[in-house]
Amino acid sequence: MRKMNLKHIVSAAALAGMVTAGAVQADELHVLNWKGYGTDEAWATAAFEAKTGHKVIHDYFNSEQEMLTKLRTNPGTYDVVMINAAFTGQAIDEALIQPIDVGKISNAAGLAPEMARSELLNAEGAAYGVPWVWGVTSVAVNDKAFDAPPSSVEVMWDAAHKGKVVLRDDALEAVQFAALASGQNINDIKDLDKVRDKLASLMPQIRTFWSSENDWNQMVAAGQIDVGTYWSGSASRAKTSFNLPVTFVIPKEGAIGWLDGLSIPAGAKNAEGAHAFIDFMIAPDFYVEWDQKVGAPVSANLEAVAGLDETAFNRAVLGDPAVAARIQFQKPVSDEDREKYLKLWQELKASSQ
Amino acid sequence: MTAAPPPGAQHSQLRPALPLLLPAYLWLTLAIFLPLSAMVFFSFMTDLPLADRSWAMTLGNYAAFFETDLYGRLLLRSLRLGLEVTLYCVLIGFPCAYVLAKVLKGRSREAIFLLVILPFWSNGLVRIFSWAIFLRGGGVIDSALNAVLPFEVSVDLMYSYPAVIIGLVHSYLPYMVLTCYLTLQAIDDSLIEAARSLGASRLTVLRRLIVPLAMPGLIAGAVLIFVPVVGSFMEPRILGGRSGTFYGTVIEDQFVAVFNWPLGAALSFILLAVVLAVLALAAPVLRRQT
Repeated sequence: MRKMNLKHIVSAAALAGMVTAGAVQADELHVLNWKGYGTDEAWATAAFEAKTGHKVIHDYFNSEQEMLTKLRTNPGTYDVVMINAAFTGQAIDEALIQPIDVGKISNAAGLAPEMARSELLNAEGAAYGVPWVWGVTSVAVNDKAFDAPPSSVEVMWDAAHKGKVVLRDDALEAVQFAALASGQNINDIKDLDKVRDKLASLMPQIRTFWSSENDWNQMVAAGQIDVGTYWSGSASRAKTSFNLPVTFVIPKEGAIGWLDGLSIPAGAKNAEGAHAFIDFMIAPDFYVEWDQKVGAPVSANLEAVAGLDETAFNRAVLGDPAVAARIQFQKPVSDEDREKYLKLWQELKASSQ
Repeated sequence: MTAAPPPGAQHSQLRPALPLLLPAYLWLTLAIFLPLSAMVFFSFMTDLPLADRSWAMTLGNYAAFFETDLYGRLLLRSLRLGLEVTLYCVLIGFPCAYVLAKVLKGRSREAIFLLVILPFWSNGLVRIFSWAIFLRGGGVIDSALNAVLPFEVSVDLMYSYPAVIIGLVHSYLPYMVLTCYLTLQAIDDSLIEAARSLGASRLTVLRRLIVPLAMPGLIAGAVLIFVPVVGSFMEPRILGGRSGTFYGTVIEDQFVAVFNWPLGAALSFILLAVVLAVLALAAPVLRRQT
């Protein structure tokens, strides 16, 4: 461990000074998540407040790195944070989150065992994250542009949809998607040149890059796009909540799987409320209402998924073993690889104009 | 800017002025100098000193700029963007300022002035998103043209280089109008009348009299626009789509997307140095003009 010296303190103070930390009341519960991603549903926070008396206040991030940055620069500000499990290990290593007392979370009993025990969320016998929901990153299409949903990711490269394709502005996701399209393991990319070529040939097809659900939905609503990468939960929200003509596809090449966990930041001022909130978030009641009213990814709580209709996408399609076998789950990515992917992505973006 | 005090008066004037100056300088020190020096420091580090990360001093972040041609290419692209936006602002802003200063009087001047300043009162993001509604295919411009024209046209400027130009020109035009207005208003009308009565054509009056006298305002406006546009990232990101990658967006990526503050800081200071160099190179030319 490196000792704090004056330089550290000065620079840390300079960083912390960039965001003003307001006074926090004990019964306030500060949650950090993507915007519009379950925890901030008004009906849910109202129910939670009525039940526990903790007032839920949200702050949002637009990328995993921004989330980590917010945790690093504002210690003590947040009580619950939603972390993609591929990043939980990094948050543990940097001491950004604290162990969770699973005993206080009664609904944890229903969690899928392999997810609850996942090495991504646990370290040294302690749970640092409670698996919340999982889903896939794959291709979603605008129904108005297709008679039948496509079965292959190659649809993104189809000249018929030139200028009507979107991709998320995220180096890791773009590289892993291209790895999938070129028949490689997303967690162990052997041939990065193939990935580069695949992405380079995709660039002329692309309309723009999206960064939030809102971007994607607005472009579909305005008829600006036919097809693009999307998240399963977001696609079901687009359909259920916004009545948009969106169909989510698990192509024959497979899809990228991710697991989102809920964690408690180190130094959280309301750890008690945080445990109660996580318990509330993995409960079947909340999940079923979320999926039916708004549209959600798949709950990590098996009892919650069993509460859905038998025909529901999250139970019928993603619960199908043949589909599950095609999903490659994201593992943590080393800093070197991340840097390499970012360089590749920036080069491609800069030279495609 | 202050007028030079008469010689000898400097000492006696400074002391009473001190209590008035102090708050401003204190604020500048706290709000600009300290964070900026922290950024200079970061730009020489290998990693941020947070959460017990180990770090060392390095020049690597600056070297990274030269290791690939990516950053240089993007910087040139951003400089071109800055020049183009400044040029359009001059072409649109100067005539507007002239009309405001010399043609309109009273109520109508106030009304037009208000229209010029109005964009300043709205949030930048709101302005950019409202442009998005106008520019896209099936958007306001597209629908309006197709409703009027007998033949089918498709106007879809969204997610393109022209869209970025339009958004930036709209955002920064008021600077040019305001600075030119101030210098144009200061030109004595009798000078113009004298030139006209001595036989100068309108064009000659503009070329030999008005533009040279208004030059300080033109230059101030150009600098005020050029510098922020070169580093702009919000407008390119929202309006530019696939052609929206500029030097500013790459810096933003370093801070927001990959948490590489040292590289982001180094890239920012390289930008600062290049912009200062451009202004320094232009200075002799500009000084002669004024």
